[in-house]
Amino acid sequence: MNILVCISQVPDTTTKIQVSGDGQTIDKSGVKFILNPYDEFAIEEGLKLREQFGGAVTALTVGSETSKEILRTALAMGVDKACIVKTDAQLDSYNVAENIAGFAKNISPDLIIFGRQSIDFDSSSMAPMVAEMIDMPSISVVSSWKIEGNEIQAERDIEGGKEILSTTLPCVISAQKGLNDPRYPKLPDIMKAKSKPIEEIEPCHGNHLVSLSSMALPSSKRVGMIVGDSDADITSIVTALHEQAKVI
Amino acid sequence: MKHIIVFIEAKDSQSLKRTSHEALTAAQSIAGGASITAFAVNGSEQALQSAGNYGVQSVVLAQHELLGSYSSTATAEALAQYARSIDADIVIVSGNATGKEIAPRLSVKLKAGLLPDCIALSGDTTSIAATRPVYAGKAHITVHSASGKAIIALRPNVFTAKQIGSDAATITAFSPNLEARHARVQVISTMKNEGTLDVAEADIIVSGGRGMKGPEHFPLVEQLASTLGAAVGASRAVVDAGWRPHGEQVGQTGKTVSPSLYIACGISGAVQHLAGMSSSKCILAINKDKDAPIFKVADYGIIGDVFEVLPKLDASLKAMLHG
Repeated sequence: MNILVCISQVPDTTTKIQVSGDGQTIDKSGVKFILNPYDEFAIEEGLKLREQFGGAVTALTVGSETSKEILRTALAMGVDKACIVKTDAQLDSYNVAENIAGFAKNISPDLIIFGRQSIDFDSSSMAPMVAEMIDMPSISVVSSWKIEGNEIQAERDIEGGKEILSTTLPCVISAQKGLNDPRYPKLPDIMKAKSKPIEEIEPCHGNHLVSLSSMALPSSKRVGMIVGDSDADITSIVTALHEQAKVI
Repeated sequence: MKHIIVFIEAKDSQSLKRTSHEALTAAQSIAGGASITAFAVNGSEQALQSAGNYGVQSVVLAQHELLGSYSSTATAEALAQYARSIDADIVIVSGNATGKEIAPRLSVKLKAGLLPDCIALSGDTTSIAATRPVYAGKAHITVHSASGKAIIALRPNVFTAKQIGSDAATITAFSPNLEARHARVQVISTMKNEGTLDVAEADIIVSGGRGMKGPEHFPLVEQLASTLGAAVGASRAVVDAGWRPHGEQVGQTGKTVSPSLYIACGISGAVQHLAGMSSSKCILAINKDKDAPIFKVADYGIIGDVFEVLPKLDASLKAMLHG
């Protein structure tokens, strides 16, 4: 099975976000960058399927030179090949999808796996978007699934319950947390990964469909009524919830 | 004239999903003089006609053999064909599980800018701007479509639905040109969680964190939730510890919720938890640590021991609600 896993590098979850001077991007100074947490499940799923069906796993990212770090992690976990569409440009989701789709068209994978969302832009749109560009079916937020021949049955969470879906290979999925237990790369593999080749690919500059005009910290318009725990305090809160906030 | 399409879904045989009401209301707010049509791929006559309560006069119902069981890919194709037939400028969907699957495909099919997970809209059909949270809600960006057409997905529970009429909408059939290749993804079955109210659908959530000190103390949280008709939520710490099921987890790796009222009990307010609930309309925090970060985002806060406060809060609420 020919598997493509698409991963991205994002700021660590504990990063204190500041807007940079350009008013449109974050201030990167002092920010620690990590492999997008949901992508670990994507890489692990690719490796598990290779163990089950044979074949090869390719990890791909679209990003700048520093993004190679996450490809090294993927190589240390055991992917066969690592590629980067190398660009310093701030691409929007659509352009990233176009670049991934272009790469996928060249390698004709049986399966493309994403994490359910990247924790920077939280769009949750890559799997259906790339799938549409290469005319493949897709299922997002897969929490469990099985493949029998070309037939796929997958389970995903929806509001208030679960959906069971069927589709066929080749297809695109995005991984939900808990799909598997990602392996920790072993130290010898981490060391070997440092010198493995990473193929660099020229970005394509496609359609400009979305413009970002500004980024700002959210304005906090909270009431901020903080009281103690006396009976009177508690009553005052209940009254406020009823009369001020009108939520009960 | 500009055209807006709103994708709607039936909740049951009589009504539409609340997220569909929200989408219809949002369409009204930006329409200006544009025409608004609702679009569905299933639903009873009564459910679809009820779109009229939210200002829409016409519902287009796509009918095709391949739309018999729900298929996200067939739905996206049918909607795109309809959008092209009327040269729609804007398609609005809810950013619920269904909407998240079809909106990106619509963006590609119609070469329209995708504006996902929106929490606010401004402007009108000639120039629409959307605000959406990024970096787990630690920043907001303002985006707009650069292509003249836009696919807008709304974060659920943020846009308040408003009934503005009571005339039944008329339903018109639409026959899309679908082939088997359009319906390669099919829903085989759906399972509803029995009994417990899902945090993703609840109007009020009472959530417990590590400050509850153990699973045996969660009945205090459940009791308060029961009094308020609320769902029970949990922080990642208590889910990882096995005290509560994953389905209750609110936060960056759990669910993102925007209820009218979020009550955080014994939750410190780590950024990953705030990511999941910071767009709640009203936040009440109960924690014995006055410096807990949760108090910085709370509308109301009680500094105290949850074991003493929760029973008193429950009693006080019961008195007010049933008094």
